[in-house]
Amino acid sequence: MKGFPLSRLVNPQLIALIGVLALNWLLFPGFFRVTWQDGRLFGSVIDVLNRGAPVAILAIGMTAVIATKGVDLSVGAVMAVSGAVAATLVVSGYPMPVAVAAALAVGLLCGIWNGILVALLDIQPIIATLVLMVAGRGIAQLITEGSIVTFNDPALVFIGTGSLLGMPMPVVIAAALLVLVTLGVRRTAIGLFIEAVGVNRSAATLAGIKSRVLLMMVYALSGLCAAIAGIIVAADIRGADANNSGLWLELDAILAVVIGGTSLLGGRFSIPMSVLGALIIQAMNTGILVSGFPPEFNLVVKAGMIIAILLIQSPLAAALAARLGRRRRAEK
Amino acid sequence: MKLLTKLAVAAGLATALSTSTMAAGLVVGFSQIGSESGWRAAETSVTKQEAEKRGIDLKFADAQQKQENQIKAIRGFIAQGVQAILVAPVVATGWDDVLGEAKEASIPVVLLDRGIDGPEDLYLTSVASDQVHEGAVAGKWLIDTVGDKPCNIVELEGTVGSSPAINRKKGFDDAVAAVPTLKIIRSQTGDFTRAKGKEVMEGFIKAENGGANICAVYAHNDDMMVGAIQAMKDAGLKPGKDILTVSIDAVPDIFAAIAAGEANATVELTPNMAGPAFDALDAYLKDGTVPQKFIITESKLFTAADDPQGEYDRRKGLGY
Repeated sequence: MKGFPLSRLVNPQLIALIGVLALNWLLFPGFFRVTWQDGRLFGSVIDVLNRGAPVAILAIGMTAVIATKGVDLSVGAVMAVSGAVAATLVVSGYPMPVAVAAALAVGLLCGIWNGILVALLDIQPIIATLVLMVAGRGIAQLITEGSIVTFNDPALVFIGTGSLLGMPMPVVIAAALLVLVTLGVRRTAIGLFIEAVGVNRSAATLAGIKSRVLLMMVYALSGLCAAIAGIIVAADIRGADANNSGLWLELDAILAVVIGGTSLLGGRFSIPMSVLGALIIQAMNTGILVSGFPPEFNLVVKAGMIIAILLIQSPLAAALAARLGRRRRAEK
Repeated sequence: MKLLTKLAVAAGLATALSTSTMAAGLVVGFSQIGSESGWRAAETSVTKQEAEKRGIDLKFADAQQKQENQIKAIRGFIAQGVQAILVAPVVATGWDDVLGEAKEASIPVVLLDRGIDGPEDLYLTSVASDQVHEGAVAGKWLIDTVGDKPCNIVELEGTVGSSPAINRKKGFDDAVAAVPTLKIIRSQTGDFTRAKGKEVMEGFIKAENGGANICAVYAHNDDMMVGAIQAMKDAGLKPGKDILTVSIDAVPDIFAAIAAGEANATVELTPNMAGPAFDALDAYLKDGTVPQKFIITESKLFTAADDPQGEYDRRKGLGY
């Protein structure tokens, strides 16, 4: 693989995404049709981007956490909390910027809480974040008093359903965040520090990396990303649904990161690849919706495809491909 | 001495309570599942209202979705010597022991909204809706509305495998199957949530020629329909006019949509399960009238003709 620039472009994730999209196109020939309507793009591919945005945003934060050998199970619950905060404040008459700022601050606070448990109290990440995963939804239900808080504030609704230059707002936000965070970790040494802590925290600390501060930072980032996703999801349906907002999305986010090739054991990571992973998952979901399969098959189809995608990426597949390549060269 | 007098007062109170069998002054324990949905919250507040209306002293216990909490609450009610117990069972099995204890203590039990798997003599009666009938009422409205015009229907199903999803689908599909001009062209699960309802409807619209092939949407609950209505609006369609809508539950937000002309009909799943339960209990405790084993609540249809704005205002405060 070394010194083979094409292999960087032809990676299993891209092949998987193209494969899933091609399958969707076979099942539903109009899949790639995109039209211009009411000042924005409109089509199934746009739906994939739009619906995939919340998980993509979660995956951005989740990648950094997983790269430190951690995991953040609380993101789904934090989504519910931030959505609840934004909706309740807007309904109580606060302007949109205040509501959104408060929701983001709450998400950041949730992330810092996780960071304290993991970095300062040395609780294993899966347990530390499980606390907020369970409690968070309860907190959200307390904020909304158990009902769906609906709102009509046009500025807040715009975050979920508005569009910029023809692209839905959630896609714009996700893309901006992707660029910002990727540059943030790759143009500075932070990315390297994250990988160092993920590979061996003690060694990294001995080498002079402030691993506690770094861990706090990645969990805070994950909380912030969850808050952004939560605001988008609430704005999209014009209501904060504490019971269902972000339900099980932490698992989709982890899956997106894994499909993107970041190891759960920490170390090397790629945020753009995780976002690609999120799009693969959403392409499957949207494909199932337009394909017309009976709903009983949804999860089976999804599971089958995920197994296939993970197999393509496995060392076994790489070894097989290498052997095939060698044989072909030998035949020549 | 002090303790003795306290005990004597308590005993006196207990006899005073147990001798009054009139509805007023009746002590009833209510073990509620929790508040997992808006409808459940509304059921709780309506039950409290109905009890207050009748002068019943309602002892309320929230089980927070756990059967062991419900069993504890029922044992507590028996120990307190309530005259009747209402239970909305969180699961169908595992009730034989605790309801047997209530039976031994001669306390009648009424099941609300959900049934149990167990001997029928463990409870006095059960008050619930007929979910198949709810679907059928929705289907009948659509048949009556479109007449003999051809109509392609898309269906937003509830959570796969859940009993309301299975039953509401059966009732509607069977009703519609009897009319050859009506056809269900797509059916997918929206998990009973707004977000999924919106996402699924977006997919349907893309897959059916921008929605031009769709004549009506049927959703197994109002929340999914609220999401679907937004999806139709985002796609430049006029829900309620370009595409007819019918759903089930009758939550306040669907009345707001009906009032705005963006939804057509909803079938009520009444949160007032306690009213018929108290009536049955009253008759039973007064002169031993045994009610029928399964009391079915009415599945009422609401359309724009039924004062949707008024219904919205009436329901808004119930906790939906």
